[in-house]
Amino acid sequence: MIAELGHFTLILALFMAVVQSSLPLIGAQRRHAAWMALAQPTAVLQFLLVAIAFLCLTHAFVTSDFSVVNVVKNSHTAKPLIYKISGVWGNHEGSLLLWVLILSIFGAAVAVFGGNLPPSLKARVLSVQAMIAVGFYLFMLLTSNPFERIHPPPFNGQGLNPLLQDPGLAFHPPMLYLGYVGFSMAFSFAIAALIEGRVDAAWARWVRPWTLAAWCFLTAGIALGSWWAYYELGWGGWWFWDPVENASFMPWLAGTALLHSATVVEKRDTLKGWTVLLAIITFSLSLLGTFLVRSGVLTSVHAFATDPARGVFILILLIIVIGGSLALFAWRGPQLTSTGLFQPISREGALLFNNLVMTTAAAAVLLGTLYPLLLDAVGGGKVSVGPPFFNAVFIPIMVPMIVAMAIGPFLNWKRGDLMPALSRLRVAFAVTVAAGLAAWSIYGDGPFLGVAALALAVWLGTGTLTELAGRVKLFRAPLDESLRRFRRMPRSAWGMTLGHLGLAIAIAGMAGAGAWTVESIQVMKPGDKVTVGGYVYAFEGAKNGKGPNYSLVHGTFQVSRNGEHVATLRPEKRVYDVSQQPTTEAAIHTTWRGDLYAVIGDPEGTDGAYVTRIYFNPLVVWMWVGTLVMVFGGALSLTDRRHRVGAPQRRTGAAAVAAGT
Amino acid sequence: MFRWLVLILALAVADGPAMAVNPSEVLADPLLEKRAREISKGLRCVVCQNQSIDDSDATLARDLRVLVRERLVAGDSDQDVVDYVVSRYGEFVLLKPPFKFATAVLWVGPAVIVLAALAAMAAFFRRQRRGATGGARPTALSDDERRRLDALMKDDRT
Amino acid sequence: MNKRLLFVLPLAVFLVLAVYFAIGLTKDPRKLPNMLAGKPVPAFALQPIKGRDDKGFASTDLPGRVSLVNIFGSWCVACQIEHPFLMQLAASGAVPIHGIDWREVDPDAGPDWLKKKGDPYELVGDDPRSKAAIAFGVTGAPETFVVDRQGVVRYKHVGPLNEEIWRDIVKPIIDKLRAEGAS
Repeated sequence: MIAELGHFTLILALFMAVVQSSLPLIGAQRRHAAWMALAQPTAVLQFLLVAIAFLCLTHAFVTSDFSVVNVVKNSHTAKPLIYKISGVWGNHEGSLLLWVLILSIFGAAVAVFGGNLPPSLKARVLSVQAMIAVGFYLFMLLTSNPFERIHPPPFNGQGLNPLLQDPGLAFHPPMLYLGYVGFSMAFSFAIAALIEGRVDAAWARWVRPWTLAAWCFLTAGIALGSWWAYYELGWGGWWFWDPVENASFMPWLAGTALLHSATVVEKRDTLKGWTVLLAIITFSLSLLGTFLVRSGVLTSVHAFATDPARGVFILILLIIVIGGSLALFAWRGPQLTSTGLFQPISREGALLFNNLVMTTAAAAVLLGTLYPLLLDAVGGGKVSVGPPFFNAVFIPIMVPMIVAMAIGPFLNWKRGDLMPALSRLRVAFAVTVAAGLAAWSIYGDGPFLGVAALALAVWLGTGTLTELAGRVKLFRAPLDESLRRFRRMPRSAWGMTLGHLGLAIAIAGMAGAGAWTVESIQVMKPGDKVTVGGYVYAFEGAKNGKGPNYSLVHGTFQVSRNGEHVATLRPEKRVYDVSQQPTTEAAIHTTWRGDLYAVIGDPEGTDGAYVTRIYFNPLVVWMWVGTLVMVFGGALSLTDRRHRVGAPQRRTGAAAVAAGT
Repeated sequence: MFRWLVLILALAVADGPAMAVNPSEVLADPLLEKRAREISKGLRCVVCQNQSIDDSDATLARDLRVLVRERLVAGDSDQDVVDYVVSRYGEFVLLKPPFKFATAVLWVGPAVIVLAALAAMAAFFRRQRRGATGGARPTALSDDERRRLDALMKDDRT
Repeated sequence: MNKRLLFVLPLAVFLVLAVYFAIGLTKDPRKLPNMLAGKPVPAFALQPIKGRDDKGFASTDLPGRVSLVNIFGSWCVACQIEHPFLMQLAASGAVPIHGIDWREVDPDAGPDWLKKKGDPYELVGDDPRSKAAIAFGVTGAPETFVVDRQGVVRYKHVGPLNEEIWRDIVKPIIDKLRAEGAS
C-alpha cells in the first residue's frame, strides 16, 4: 500500500512539474502576473510530493518490504539500519529518486526564499527547473520505477553490495548529487537569462551562491569518494582516473571555472555569453555524470543490450536538455552584450586564465573518458585510456594555473601590473626555492615530479598567505590595526583565501602520497616484525570474529618508533554472509607526517601466518584537510551577506535611487 | 536474456578472494621486481574496470603478474613482455595507449584544445581593444547610472 | 571571424559527440578483438587432469583436422549452462572438441565435474595457472576457438555455446574450413 502511495505521489509530482514548467513560462512571456505566480505553489507542492515518495521508499527499505523489487535486490533483513537507509539510494532507481528530491528541494528554496528575484526571472527559472524534473520523472516512471512490486515476495533480499556498506560510500552519492543538482540552478538561471536576453551583475550575484553551494557539496562528495577508496581498497590508492571518478571531476572543473567567471560578470559586466555557456556545460557534465555512471552505460555493461529502453531514453533526454540549451544559446547568446573592459594583465585576466585552464582540463578529461567509446564507434578498435594518459595530460595543464593562482590576487581589477605583483611575491618565491631545495635534498632519490609538486604547493600556500598579509597590512600597520582588518575582512575574500590555501595543502598531500609511498608486502607469523618508513610493526596474530552481517578476521599490529609505542593497528578482512564477497578494512593511524597503513590478507600455512601489507603514505591527511579547508572557505563565502540567497542587489539599488530622489 | 548472461559472465569473473601482489609472487631480485611492478602498472586487468593488473585482485590479473615475472626472469626486455601481452589481448591492455593513427586525436586533442583556447582568449582581447579604441562602442555606464537603469528595468517588468 | 558562428560552435560539437555516442553505445565494451584470428595456435603443452591418464593436451595435437578448443572450469557458472550442449555436440560427432580445464583451485574439482556431468572432450589439459589461457587471450570462461587443419585459429566465441550459435555461426565456419581443405 505504501509503495503504491509512493508511486502515486511520483505521478502527481510529474503533473505538478508539467504545470510548473509551462504556465509560469508562458505567463512570463505574456506578462501575466497570476500565471507567473503559479511557479511558487507548484514548486513547493512538487517538493512535498517527491518527499512523500522518498519517505515511502525509505519506509519500504527500513521495514524490509520484500514485495518491492528494489528492496529485494538491494537490501536484506540482517543489514544494520543505517545501510538499510543508504540502500535507498545505493541503486539506480533509488538514486534517481534522490536526485529529483534534491532538485525539488532547490526549486522550493528558490520559490520560498527568492522573494526579491524579479517575478519574470523567478518564473522562468522555476519553469526550467521543472522541465528538468519532468524529464527525470518520465525516466523513472517509464523505465526505472523504484516502487515496482514482485509477486510472490521472496523470503529475504539479495543484500546490498558490501562495498556500499560503509559510512564513506553511504554518504558519497547524496553529496555528489547535491553538487550535481546544485549546478542545475546555475543552468536554470542561464536558460532564463537567455530567454530574457539579459545578463547583468545582479544576475551573477544570484547565480554565484548556488554555484558556490553546489561546488562545496561536489568538492566534499569527491573527497569522500576518494577517502573511501583510500581506506577501503586496501593499498592506499586514492585517485584512479576511473570513468566513475572522472564523471564527478569534470563538473567540478567546469563548476570551478563558472565560479570564477561569474565574478567577472558581477564586477565588470563582461564575459556574459561565456559564463552562460559555462553554466550550461557544467550542468551538462553533471547530467552525464548522473546518467552514464549511475546507470552503468559507460562503465560496466552493454547498456543498450541489457535495457534498450533505458539507454535510448537517456540518450534522448541528454540530447533534448543539452542540445536544446546549446541551440538556445546559439540563437540568443549573441544578444548578450558586454560593456566592461579589462586588460589581459588584470584580476579579470587572471580569472579568465583560470577559466582557460579549468575548461581545457575538463575537455581533456572528457576526451580521455569518452575516447574508447568514440573510437569503437568508428570501428577503430578497443583501446584503454588509463591513469598514465591522464597524468601525462592533466598535470602539465594544471601547473601554469597553480603558478598563476598565487599571482592573480595581487593584480588590480581592470588594469593590473605584473612587476609590482611579482615583487610582492619575492618572499614567497624565496621560501618556495628554499622548500624545493630542502625537499630535493631529503627526497632527492624520489621522483622529480614529487619535489616539483611540493614546491608548487609551497608557492601557492605562501603566495596566498602573502596576499592575506598584504590585505590586513601585517607589519606595515600597527598590529591592532591588522587584527581589526583581519576580523573585518569580507567573508567572500576569506572564501578565496581559504579556497586557494586549501588547494595548496591538498597539493602537498597529493605530492607526498603520490611520490613517496613506501610499500612492504610479506608473510608474517605471530611475533614477526617488519620496519616500514621508520616504524616497526610487530604482528601479534589474527583472530576470527563476527560482525552484524559478516564474519571477519582481524589482525593486530603493535607499532613503535625508536622503541616507543605509537599505535595499535587492527586491520580487518570481512566476508559478507549474503554475497560471500570479501572486503578489506585497512587499519590507519594518521599523523601529520603521513599515514601508517596496515592490511591483512590471506592466511599462509597453518602456523597462524598471514599475508600482510604495510604502507607508509606520506602527507595523505593533508589532502583531506586541504579539501576541508576549501569546502569551509566556500561555505564561509556563502554566508557573506552579499551572496546570501535572496539578498540581491537590484532592490538595494532601487532603494538607493529612491532615497536619492 | 542478455541481462542474465551478463550476470553470469560477471560471476565467471568474480572468483576467489585473492589480493593484489602477493608475497609468493615477488621476485628475489629487487631490480627485476621493480621492473615487473612498473610493467604491471601499465597493463590493464582485462576483467576489471580500468584497474591495472598491479592493483587488481582478480585471479587472471595475478596469473598475468606471474607471467610478467616469469618472462622477465627468462631474460625478456620490458618491451618484449608488453608486446607478448598485447599480442594476446590487443592494445586494449595498455593503460597508456600508444601514439598512432587511431589514437592521434586522443594525444593531440588536448594540445589543440589548449591552443584553441589561447587563440580565443587572444581574439577576445583584440576585439575588446578594437572596440575600445574605435569608439564604436558606448562607454561603460558608471555604477550610479547602472543602478538607476536597473531600477527602471525592474519597474518596467513588474 | 563571424561572431554568430562562435555561438553555434558548442551546439555543433555537442551534436557530433552525440552521434558518436549513440553509435558507441551500441557496441559492447567488453567484447575484445580476437588477436589470434588467422594465426597458428600458441604453443602449449598441458598436463592431463586427474583421472584421465592420457598424454594431456598440447598445441601439437591440433594440426590435421578441424577442431574446437573449449576453455572451461568447474567453478564457472556459464560453463554449466553450456555443458549439455557440448555433450550433445560430442555425441553427434560433428567435430572433435578439446578442453582446457582452466584455473581449478582443487585439482579434483575438474575431473569430478566431468565424471558427474559427462565428458565431451577428446583431449583435456589442466591449466591451473592460466598459461594456455593467457596464450589464447582468454578473459573469462567459457570461450571456444575454432582451429583449422593447419592448426590456425579461425574464430573465437565468447560465452556459452548453444544450438543457435552453433547452427548460425560456428558450423558454417567449420563447413567452409573443411571445404577449403578438401579442394
